[in-house]
Amino acid sequence: MTRHRGRGMASINYPIGMNLGGDPSQALVHSNPSGKFTVALSSIDLGQGMKSVTRQICAETLGVPVEDVYVDTADSDTGPHCMGSFASRGTHRVGNAVMAAAREARGVMMEAAAEELEVNAADLETDGRGNIHVKGAPHRSISTKDVAIAAQFRQGKTISGRGIFLVPLSDVDPETGEMSPATCYAHACLVAEVEVDDETGEVAMVRMDSAYELGRALNPRLVEQQLVGGAWMGVSHALYETPEPYYPDPVHGPRDFVEYLMPGPGDICPHDIAVLERPAPDGPFGGKGPGEMCANPVLPAVANAIFNAVGVRIDELPITPEKVLRAIKAQGGARPQARR
Amino acid sequence: MTKIPLQFRHNGRDVAIFVDGGTNLLVALRELIGDMTPKFGCGQGGCGTCSVLIDGELHLSCLTLAETVAGRAVETLDGMKQGPNLHPLQRAFADNFAAQCGYCTPGMLMAAKALLDRNSSPSRADVIEAISGNICRCTGYEPIINAILAAAGGRASA
Repeated sequence: MTRHRGRGMASINYPIGMNLGGDPSQALVHSNPSGKFTVALSSIDLGQGMKSVTRQICAETLGVPVEDVYVDTADSDTGPHCMGSFASRGTHRVGNAVMAAAREARGVMMEAAAEELEVNAADLETDGRGNIHVKGAPHRSISTKDVAIAAQFRQGKTISGRGIFLVPLSDVDPETGEMSPATCYAHACLVAEVEVDDETGEVAMVRMDSAYELGRALNPRLVEQQLVGGAWMGVSHALYETPEPYYPDPVHGPRDFVEYLMPGPGDICPHDIAVLERPAPDGPFGGKGPGEMCANPVLPAVANAIFNAVGVRIDELPITPEKVLRAIKAQGGARPQARR
Repeated sequence: MTKIPLQFRHNGRDVAIFVDGGTNLLVALRELIGDMTPKFGCGQGGCGTCSVLIDGELHLSCLTLAETVAGRAVETLDGMKQGPNLHPLQRAFADNFAAQCGYCTPGMLMAAKALLDRNSSPSRADVIEAISGNICRCTGYEPIINAILAAAGGRASA
């Protein structure tokens, strides 16, 4: 029995959101008489942090403290329409919709403030701490709370905004077949090192090193947690997970979490991540989306690392010990490739 | 079916309920006591999110007959915070981004508490062993392991 080390790498492009255009999401922003703002979405935060990121985007666009914004999600009865949380589209699509809604609400807020301060709205700016003042004259100031109260009870204005983001539909050029399937791509490159046991066919992760390019990291800690967890899911897809593992009859399929395999805390490996930020021209503050692409480079990198370790090319997921062992036997033993 | 009277301590408070024979502890806690912190994940002992402490020992409440805790002390996540303050483990989970969807978190915290209650300076391997019965889908475990080690470190230096 020998354990063979192998190293493999993979690079990916990941299109943000659904391809070929369309893919809309909407957002509504309104102020409460307290001067706080509510963002209404039917989009869902599954724990990735979309609630935090849309809150940041709204606050930044309005020019108010992030504490003054509340995001209400996941109610498709009362919230404006959203296609959903998938395809790594939350930050990009929903973020853009929130930005548009907040921009419209900011316009009304500045008009209402201008009326109170008896100046032109174009001469006003926000300080990001909950005040609006005349440019160059910070003492000519009014709080967003007082503006909200004035708008609500005196001026009869709703400080609110509507936003939608929709990618233009892309038609196929009849001459060339050319089209633009997506407007925004994230990128990643990952090197995986594995150890393959040629007697059992088991593959153990040794370490991963990666670089992810995902536009501007609007919330760096949330991006990091997405990448760490998403890469784990990539390992899970590469080596463990399948609803019908080894035999054609679904009767033998896993029925519970004991049989549906996933890597546990003892199966993870060190993962060094570099985040590269190249702001997306059409992203909210340059953000793309670190969703599914966290996992994507792991699968081919692991398959390549297994080839490097024992010389077998497995092209069906997950790469179970059985598949590795059968392939090693078929080629008459492990054939470690040159280390790269 | 005859109801069985059952008394035990729930997070330091005496409780008395009537359960059907065969009721598991998870159902008793959630539906009869109203403590929703232990979660129903698989109902088969495979995921760990229903974990509770019984007399300080980690148990899967979905596989524990409610009747067996008569006269014993049951601790759940609901009893973890100390007055208005988070338990150091809860604080460390928040600081280390050890939760995303949060569904595994109650079980992870109870497994971590069971570990730290008996070993205040665990190794990384001890932590991995302690949470090996708990499945997390989002975090990749690394932030959870780091949070538990951080909580242990903070406690040791305090």
